Amino acid sequence: MSMQSQDILKRSATSALTPPTQVRDHKAEVAKLIDVSICIGCKACQVACSEWNDLRDEVGQNVGVYDNPIDLSAKSWTVMRFDEVQQENGRLEWLIRKDGCMHCSDPGCLKACPSPGAIVQYANGIVDFQSEHCIGCGYCVAGCPFNVPRISQEDNKAYKCTLCSDRVAVGQEPACAKTCPTGAISFGSKADMQHLAGQRVEELHGRGYANAGLYDPQGVGGTHVMYVLHHADRPELYHNLPRDPRISSAIHGWKGWMKPVAAVAFFATLAGTLFHYVGVGPNQVDEHADDHEETKA
Amino acid sequence: MELGRRQFFKLCTVGVAGATAATLGFAPGVANATQPRQYKLLRARETRNNCTYCSVGCGVLMYSLGDGAKNAKPRIFHIEGDPDHPVSRGSLCPKGAGLVDFIHSEQRLQYPEYRAPGSDKWQRISWEEAIERIARLMKDDRDANFVEKNAAGLTVNRWLTTGMLCSSAASNETGALDWRFTRALGILGMDCQARLCHGPTVAALAPSFGRGAMTNNWVDIKNANVVLVMGGNPAEAHPVGFKWAIEAKIRNGAKLIVVDPRFNRSAAVADLYAPIRAGSDVTFLMGVVNYLIAHDRIQHEYVRAYTNASLLVRDDFSFDEGLFSGYDETKQQYDRSSWAYQLDENGHARRDPTLSHPRCVWNLLKQHVSRYTPEMVTRLCGTPKEDFLEICRLLGDTSAPDKTATFLYALGWTHHTSGVQIIRGAAMIQLLLGNIGMPGGGINALRGHSNIQGYTDLGLLSVRMPGYLNLPSERQPDLATYLAQSTPKALLPGQVNYWQNTEKFFVSLMKSVWGDKATKDNDWGFDWLPKWDVEYDVLRYLELMYEGKVNGYIAQGFNPIAAFPDKNKAVAALSRLKYLVVIDPLVTESSNFWQNHGEANDVNPAEIQTEVFRLPSSCFAEENGSIANSGRWLQWHWAGAAPPAEAWHDGKILGHLFLRLRELYEQEGGANPAPLLNMAWNYSDPEDPAPEEVAREANGYALADLYDPQGNLLAKKGELLRDFSLLRADGSTASFCWIFAGSWTEAGNQMARRDNASDGQGLGSTPGWAWCWPQNRRILYNRASVDPQGKPWDPKRKLIEWNGQRWSGIDVADFAATVAPGSEANPFIMLPEGLGRLFAAGALGDGPFPEHYEPIESPLEHNPLHPKVTFNPTTRLFDNDRKRMGSAAEFPYVATTYSITEMFRHWTKASRLNAIVQPEQFVEIGEQLAAQKGIRAGDTVKVTSMRGFIKAKAVVTKRIATLEIDGKLVDTVGIPCHWGFEGTTRKGFLANTLTPAVGDANSQTPEYKAFLVNIEKV
Repeated sequence: MSMQSQDILKRSATSALTPPTQVRDHKAEVAKLIDVSICIGCKACQVACSEWNDLRDEVGQNVGVYDNPIDLSAKSWTVMRFDEVQQENGRLEWLIRKDGCMHCSDPGCLKACPSPGAIVQYANGIVDFQSEHCIGCGYCVAGCPFNVPRISQEDNKAYKCTLCSDRVAVGQEPACAKTCPTGAISFGSKADMQHLAGQRVEELHGRGYANAGLYDPQGVGGTHVMYVLHHADRPELYHNLPRDPRISSAIHGWKGWMKPVAAVAFFATLAGTLFHYVGVGPNQVDEHADDHEETKA
Repeated sequence: MELGRRQFFKLCTVGVAGATAATLGFAPGVANATQPRQYKLLRARETRNNCTYCSVGCGVLMYSLGDGAKNAKPRIFHIEGDPDHPVSRGSLCPKGAGLVDFIHSEQRLQYPEYRAPGSDKWQRISWEEAIERIARLMKDDRDANFVEKNAAGLTVNRWLTTGMLCSSAASNETGALDWRFTRALGILGMDCQARLCHGPTVAALAPSFGRGAMTNNWVDIKNANVVLVMGGNPAEAHPVGFKWAIEAKIRNGAKLIVVDPRFNRSAAVADLYAPIRAGSDVTFLMGVVNYLIAHDRIQHEYVRAYTNASLLVRDDFSFDEGLFSGYDETKQQYDRSSWAYQLDENGHARRDPTLSHPRCVWNLLKQHVSRYTPEMVTRLCGTPKEDFLEICRLLGDTSAPDKTATFLYALGWTHHTSGVQIIRGAAMIQLLLGNIGMPGGGINALRGHSNIQGYTDLGLLSVRMPGYLNLPSERQPDLATYLAQSTPKALLPGQVNYWQNTEKFFVSLMKSVWGDKATKDNDWGFDWLPKWDVEYDVLRYLELMYEGKVNGYIAQGFNPIAAFPDKNKAVAALSRLKYLVVIDPLVTESSNFWQNHGEANDVNPAEIQTEVFRLPSSCFAEENGSIANSGRWLQWHWAGAAPPAEAWHDGKILGHLFLRLRELYEQEGGANPAPLLNMAWNYSDPEDPAPEEVAREANGYALADLYDPQGNLLAKKGELLRDFSLLRADGSTASFCWIFAGSWTEAGNQMARRDNASDGQGLGSTPGWAWCWPQNRRILYNRASVDPQGKPWDPKRKLIEWNGQRWSGIDVADFAATVAPGSEANPFIMLPEGLGRLFAAGALGDGPFPEHYEPIESPLEHNPLHPKVTFNPTTRLFDNDRKRMGSAAEFPYVATTYSITEMFRHWTKASRLNAIVQPEQFVEIGEQLAAQKGIRAGDTVKVTSMRGFIKAKAVVTKRIATLEIDGKLVDTVGIPCHWGFEGTTRKGFLANTLTPAVGDANSQTPEYKAFLVNIEKV
């Protein structure tokens, strides 16, 4: 038996004319706030994520850095990115960013996905992959401005962080947020997280980080995973965090304005066919002629 | 059905139309039953436990298959943090978060195994065979080599040819059985991991303050105004405890300072990071003392009232050119008699409260540290002068009575030939700043293993007994002499001097150890205790083994070839044993030391004649019991599943072996069986003692009705003792570990308490959670948090107050409860003068004040402070080890070993989740050294010391700087220590292959943090 959440705000490859079930939408948007300024890069979140989600990636290699696994994968849904940055004042900073799905309000993956229902967004803002509907086309990878989803080599499906939708659904925080030793990851309603971020930014200003700020990029409608950055003016310092992420114009075109145009064109073609059939009637063809041709051939 | 071409086209058109419609989002609603993944814990059984790795002691919730039904065999499938736990609050670090993969590691042992002499394989055996054979080997060895009387004819009852390593991750209850087991047999070559990690902590803090433990606790770190992390790296080694340093930053506006050879993950979130050369910490700390005195950044009232600054030192004490008075060059030891106070006719120390007397501690200290100028600090440590001065200023600010600094340190201070003196230096700074006894202050020794505090408390070290009593030596031939030498006399009038009760603790211990067999007439069984001639610490025992003088060794939850210094020497030493018994949940390098693993362990099994037994034991998740975290909290935990396959609990293994040995002695007789036969082993199932019984025994019982002097009944015969104030020296009480008295009382198991309500004052004390020795005091020396008149130094941090009759407050006063403010009694009640010691008198072997000496392997030719005395003059170095020391000419780089966040020692490499996040061995080098050597990130490099080599990947980093030391450029090679030739990670080398077998001069804890290597690209 399947359980229905009936709180699906967005559903991949689904027209607004036939929307997903969504009447149970009276839910607060949730968010995860990652305060990079107190992250020690311990990878507890990585381990807790894999543990909770029953994932075991390959035991890889050391390639000369602390980052391990070296990249996100179908079985590593979050990884720490380490960057050594020498600031102008001569001080060294070791910037460590937890990378993973940002759970955009306007998710590029969902928009790009051609398979109905393979990607959904719940009323609480979580963007979740329903992998049984995934056709492994990789459009979500191309559509993501943060380069997050990964296609599994084993089953050819796309995977990424679920923001522990199974835990959040029963009222718990995501595994990474719970386990974080220093409290660098917080979880709550998006409004509360924005408020907390404000306090953190103020504290960082007091410690001399004049450009500290919240990373909640509006180009994707804001995100449900946000960062407090000590150098919010230079997000690229944090392993090339995009300064102004947006869904690519190709996808915007294809899945945006092109879609009604295509729909109109489709229905126009359909209608034309119908009128032709009613007005002109079907072409009369001698079915046997075909057979003769076939025989000749 | 047959399709014509046209029909086919028609169908195709309809299909394309449908697909287009679907693509445009007009799909039918069949796939709309969307839902998140099912929640996996819904009816799983939840069991509470504590993480088994480090000493933070985080609470964990273990979820097992089945709901408790008899027919379901529980299997733990998920572990997450316990949100109720006051320290961890639901958090777990990457080690704790991966616990489930340790429990189910591919390397978990399933059944007993045996490796015959010269064989290259394991064979499975039964427990009966294993116990029988081991007991036989032990008995034969004991009978052949037991020393009942020494050359002088004195009863010593010692057995030196078999030793045991005890596991500091096992519960206190296993530890208590370990102690009984080894001492009953007369074993002195017994140590636990404390020897290899925090030995110097006890040796330094006990003579400074009275007890050798972390002064405050994890949560209290949040109350600090300055957090100095030096000689430790809590973000990596104690991540969840480090939560409270971050909390101090965020909620208390604290400054976080990190001083370390490497810009580590603690430094990543620090306000100020300063580099330091490994092995130069004494210089740095004495530099701070010099600064504080020179700039008058002292809590004067505290120093005058609560430290020994005003006490006068004997006139014949001196320090000159690197040596204190009394040095005997031939013995390489000091005669410490001049390192003492001037005494008056009553035996009390003379005092000058004005601090003007030239012989008072204050003036001697001032003179001693005057050489440690900021320039000298920069010259020896390589720390930029401005950084050093800024740190001095920040620390100096906490001399204000309402400001505190806390020091967080761990193995970066203990793993040095001057480890004790480094920690002493820190203790002195905190006394000068008035930060001991204060919330948010203290010297927070961050212990290593999850129960290393408990194992230290239980005396699982060569010459220790439970509760910090010393095992009698052969120079203490009778009880009277032992007690006289172990019971200090007050050095000032009116002191609590709590060790005056030594006899009560000792007799109660003997009553617990020997039961009814201990009587006043036989001096409570004093003769049955083994008496030592020298301390059989790990380094000495390794040397004896290397020389072929040891026959048997038991390693319980201990991986000696990975943990001992100089791995190649350790392997050679084990190869000379007749038998080795390894009790462990996992496959370890030590149990497989006889296997050839190529360059990582290049041995020939055929040449190794050691019989090896591998006995599978349970792990934390499969037992009930208590472990003591670094803050001295004894926390009770519960089993969530049974041990796998044929694995047994440690207690069951010890019980079987103990009873079989006893049986053999009853049947056959043999070398003095009395201690073995008289050892109390009174458990309802002696073959498998229940942890609950052992825990109650550790607390202790009244053996007769106990009355106070007014004739009021205090405890009935047979009742559990409510605390150690009830202990008697007349044999009417029994307590295995006197400081644990109060842990399991008539009111129940206090260690299992789970009331996490806070103190109501925002100081984060949770006295109702678990139980803490001594007497549930959460902050040690808290009498010093109020001034002599009882007024808090900081009204916002009021721990205790005098209510007119007794001390009360949110903490239990660390003081005589009814001694009023203004009395003569000083706050450090375990010391005979009651004062924090700036001058350690004769307590330590290498000086009453810290002095900088170079590491045994140093990049410098001479010690710039005193070129004739370059090294610690009391360092013990065996000839075999002296030959294995290298010089800077051949090995030009300073190396230091350490732990990283993802791993716990050599343990988590068996956990897949941890192997994934740190899969392969690496070393870290600075960019300058890398450029010189043509090494790029990811290259394989070979690191060589005089003792061997390792190969690893190179991490090239800006985070390790080239330092200028005494005019010379010095590079550092950083060596994480977590890989080996066993595990789920990629195979690697044991990092201790490189480290020297030389120890701290006082505690013989090995030097792992400063030695010399060379490095080459492979």
